[in-house]
Amino acid sequence: MDIFETVVAKVAGITKSSPLKGALILRSDILELTENSHDASLRPNQPGGLNHAERAGLACRIAKRNNESVLTRHYETMFGVGSQSFANTEFDGGDDARAKAILRHTDLVTLNPKEATADDVLALRTAGLDDADIVRLSELIAFVSYQIRVVAGLRLMAEVA
Amino acid sequence: MSELIPGEPIKKFTTVVPHWQPRVTPVELHHATDEQLDAMKVTVSNTKIGEYTLVLALDPETLQQRTPLFNGIMYGRGGLSRAETELGAVAASVVNQCIYCAAVHANRYNELTKDESLTESIFAGSVDAETEPRINALLEFATKLSQCPSEATRADVERLIENGLSMGEVLDLVLSASLFGWANRLMHVLGDPLPQE
Repeated sequence: MDIFETVVAKVAGITKSSPLKGALILRSDILELTENSHDASLRPNQPGGLNHAERAGLACRIAKRNNESVLTRHYETMFGVGSQSFANTEFDGGDDARAKAILRHTDLVTLNPKEATADDVLALRTAGLDDADIVRLSELIAFVSYQIRVVAGLRLMAEVA
Repeated sequence: MSELIPGEPIKKFTTVVPHWQPRVTPVELHHATDEQLDAMKVTVSNTKIGEYTLVLALDPETLQQRTPLFNGIMYGRGGLSRAETELGAVAASVVNQCIYCAAVHANRYNELTKDESLTESIFAGSVDAETEPRINALLEFATKLSQCPSEATRADVERLIENGLSMGEVLDLVLSASLFGWANRLMHVLGDPLPQE
């Protein structure tokens, strides 16, 4: 894998000619695993109750909640049928109880994870998600939250380097 | 659902590692698929799998990548010291009020440095100008990066460099704080920290 072609390197604008090249090469293994985690979170072989289009929409929504416009555009390129509404931060799910629970949970855990309680997990279950889907959704939100911070850190490093 | 252990979830930071009680039903090891067993790294010599891993095994594809990623960031060779890497984890866990992660990683920091005073100050919210400048810069950066959206600035990175961190060490700090933006959102959301029996 070319680490300069990974999502985090490209979104942060780090190329082979960057002064950060050496530091990134020392952590090639981490960048590769980060890319693999991106694929496992966004396009898993077994998506369970969260399809690829919904995942891309949610990832895009999380990027927007973090004011991360470049990553927002990356996730827009992965859109499929149904991504758009999940990515729309004005949309709260409307009359669709499942969508409403997923979007509410995604916003809560993205913005304010410390406020999440057992009732929030229960709300997902009530809306029809099984335990595996609850873990899948949690991993997606958690991974994108990680990825956004790696990108933010790399950009600041590039400014200083 | 596993049996409930008496006691309310712990709300205050502690260095005594709590019991983690999942809010979803973990995979039962004897019912696990080959993919789940592989993701959990279950081998003949390693059959002691914690509840947290059994929960994450409900989504084996992400767990398969996440375990080596976690170990690579926290225990990888070279770069930022083990102890300072732990501080990135602690700072994120305090922002996200993940009591369990904060306890585990404050504990590791204390063991590595043979000093409990710093993590006591972090938990008490009393890290200040009296704290060693390098440690202070490190905590400030990791804390700001852990906000949503991130509040870290170029000046924070410059301060790390002024305090002697190499760019490679800054990267390791970014990775450790970011990793706990991930870990906290699993540990704190999918389970409760309860007092050990």
